[in-house]
Amino acid sequence: MSSIILRTGVRFVTPLMLLLAALLVLRGHNEPGGGFIGGLLAAAGLILQTLASGSGASRRLIRVAPLTLVSGGLLLAAFSGFLAMIGCGAFMTAIWVESLGLGTPLLFDLGVFMVVVGTTLTVIEGMAEGNA
Amino acid sequence: MLGEVLTGFVAAAFAAPLARRLPRLAGPILALVPLGILAALTWRYAGSAAPPRTSVAWLPGLGIDLAFRLDGLAYLFALLICGIGAVILVYAGAYFAGDRRRGRMLATLLAFMASMLGVVLADHLVALFVFWELTSVTSYLLIGFDHEQEKSRKAALQALLVTGGGGLALLAGVVLLAQAAGTWDISALAGQAQTIRASPLQLPIIVLVLAGCFTKSAQVPFHFWLPNAMAAPTPVSAYLHSATMVKAGVYLAARLNPSLGGAAAWEWALIGFGALTAVTAAAMSLRQHELKRLLAYSTVASLGVLIMLVGLAAPEGGADAVTAAKAVVLFLLAHALYKATLFLVAGSLTRATGLKDARLLVGLRRAMPLTFVAGVLAGLSMVGVPALLGYLGKESAIAAAWERHAAGPAMLALVLAAPPLVVVGLRVGVAPFLGSRRAVVADGAGTAHEVPTGMWVGPVALAVIGLVLGLAPMLLNRVVSETAAAVHGAPVAARLALWHGFNAVVLLDVAIVLGGVALWLWRSSIDRWTRRLARLAAFGPERGYALALEGTLAFGRVQTRLLQSGYLRRYLLVVFLFAIAVVGAALVAAHRPGAIGAALGEIVHVHAEDVLLVVMMVVAAVAVVHSRSRVAAVIALGAVGLAVSLVFVLYSAPDLALTQVLIETLTVILFVLAMRQLPFFVDLSSRRTRVRDLVVAVLGGGLMTTLVLLASHVQLGDEVASAYFAAEAVPQGHGRNVVNVILVDFRALDTLGEITVLALAAIGVIALVRGRTGLEARR
Repeated sequence: MSSIILRTGVRFVTPLMLLLAALLVLRGHNEPGGGFIGGLLAAAGLILQTLASGSGASRRLIRVAPLTLVSGGLLLAAFSGFLAMIGCGAFMTAIWVESLGLGTPLLFDLGVFMVVVGTTLTVIEGMAEGNA
Repeated sequence: MLGEVLTGFVAAAFAAPLARRLPRLAGPILALVPLGILAALTWRYAGSAAPPRTSVAWLPGLGIDLAFRLDGLAYLFALLICGIGAVILVYAGAYFAGDRRRGRMLATLLAFMASMLGVVLADHLVALFVFWELTSVTSYLLIGFDHEQEKSRKAALQALLVTGGGGLALLAGVVLLAQAAGTWDISALAGQAQTIRASPLQLPIIVLVLAGCFTKSAQVPFHFWLPNAMAAPTPVSAYLHSATMVKAGVYLAARLNPSLGGAAAWEWALIGFGALTAVTAAAMSLRQHELKRLLAYSTVASLGVLIMLVGLAAPEGGADAVTAAKAVVLFLLAHALYKATLFLVAGSLTRATGLKDARLLVGLRRAMPLTFVAGVLAGLSMVGVPALLGYLGKESAIAAAWERHAAGPAMLALVLAAPPLVVVGLRVGVAPFLGSRRAVVADGAGTAHEVPTGMWVGPVALAVIGLVLGLAPMLLNRVVSETAAAVHGAPVAARLALWHGFNAVVLLDVAIVLGGVALWLWRSSIDRWTRRLARLAAFGPERGYALALEGTLAFGRVQTRLLQSGYLRRYLLVVFLFAIAVVGAALVAAHRPGAIGAALGEIVHVHAEDVLLVVMMVVAAVAVVHSRSRVAAVIALGAVGLAVSLVFVLYSAPDLALTQVLIETLTVILFVLAMRQLPFFVDLSSRRTRVRDLVVAVLGGGLMTTLVLLASHVQLGDEVASAYFAAEAVPQGHGRNVVNVILVDFRALDTLGEITVLALAAIGVIALVRGRTGLEARR
């Protein structure tokens, strides 16, 4: 599945999809979107790379193993929950910086994003490697 | 007191790195931890008249606190745990000299010590149970320390299954106890003794709690795990299987005696099982020749005596019960001191000579003078020679049984069990050092030497403490009074003395020692006689354990063969049929005639785009089934999914629609990748299987349709939850996208669980792919 048209197209499409994914995650709290959807979209963009240039292409792009992404995301999500406990709140209590519109739920969503990207890449790359 | 308990766990985390940096000093340095904890606890204990209590909310929603209380009983146990723990850490540091597992051993010992400390200090039933289980887990790690050996693994698993099974019973017992008494606080239970007695739950509570105690303290018929646990390295045996962990059952029985005692079932179960255990284990010890197994059986016998003594210390009993309560304390303390010493001496003997058999060890007093001192002091203490603490322990036990009933079962059990224990004391503590012959060394070359400092300093210290306390027992007056009061449930005044005057108890004591010496002298004829008894062991409870274990594994194999065919289509069939049966049965049970018709009748406005979508889905679904090319089938399947996401768009669920589109896209990609692996398309299924699949598909689809139609009419309360989320999303969640606010804020814990499942799935995929490529590589 290595056509020059696909490879050239992907070079433009993947960055756009990743950008859109980032947008979806960031605006997810107020508009349709969020970590899960963003993660799926980003994974789809990276998999396009895999389809165009063979397995390992997306790995070269993100430079970490998908499983590292998964564990990192899981840790980040858990960490966002533990933050509240420093201030003696219950686990998972949201902390907001109102003026900036930022809060721990965004961190949590970022964790979800990483887990989804990592898992999807793991599954698809696993299949692709099995093919090789 | 949470700090004291946690210190042990924290120290355990630093033990391994410390043992790497300072291998020789790690043992002594880490021994400072239990000594420090002990100093802190002593400070607390001596500093206040009433038992100090601390409490930290743990799970406030469930009323579970990490509450700790330091009364006499808790302090005595803390004294043993920390004091002997320090000795064991020093000993283990030297015992594992040059062994790279030294750090692991020290760390696990510290973790065990902290768990044990938690058990005896806990004042909340749930906290007690948690630490109780932690001791089971850490002891599993310690017994299975030599995990390369199958024997160790089996013994560790056996101990875990037996004590863990008892732990489950204990959990049930503890929950029932809290329900009956209306409190989780252990210190408040005694005040509720009448309430508990009046409760119908009393008997189940007693049975379940005692199941926990008896498994932990190796009472007949659960005694078999303890001698097998001798597969552990000697420091572990000395610590867990003589001085601390196996005493947890005794501790719990003693702790709950004021609240559960007084019931005939409690009293007779303790006396009966304790007496039976004492006699059985003492008789079995006569057949042993290996040092550690001799000690193991004598430990089981002593635990039986202790359980029996707790049974004699009835909370509303008279003077005999007070004597029994004091005997529990003295015997416990004496036993811990001499038995830990004897275990350590046995470990040193084996280390110095390479021999384990008591019959081969002779004449070592010149070669190992310091170990000799420790061994003789501890051995004679076990025999019960006056001026040693063991004498007071034994004398008080006999006095308690005698005062209860001069010809009662407790007295009988003591008279039968004590002489063999005298033999064990002599064989392990004294006999290896006596005699004129030179000791044989296992490897044939060289002679036995004294063990390094770290291995004799602890045993000697413990033995000397036994001597000092035996000579000046009045030092123990406060501890014994307050501990016995906690066991008895009423104030006790102990005035201990070296010599209580000449009476029947002294005569009995002399008779027991003479009986033990007689057993020792006629050991060959007794050996012949007991050989016949040994055959009975084939039908003993350990056989039952083996049968239960094998049975469970065999059942597992049969079940796997029946249910795990390995064919995806069969799994799918089972899953669908099961779902259809369960949901269908529920629908039939809640049958409301006309409901479906009413639901259909409500569909009045049918839009053109709806019809278009439905037609699209149906055409695509038929195409999936009829396609003769996999790619076409997958694309048609994707079309079904996209049509569904269009439905979401039409009915204004943009988040769902987005997710659905992406999932469909990725699924198609996944299918395409998977299909490149498959052979060319062949029609393999017969007509019959296709008809079967059709039936299942129609049933499943029909059921879902019915369910959806009926669901639109179900009233779920007033839809409180959705109204709440819609109203609170902006003020509390700072977001206008309610779906996302629920996902990452209101219900974030659920999401955390879901992404954890995702992560596990990713790991599973990696294992599958790697496993397969690994297999291919091997081919």
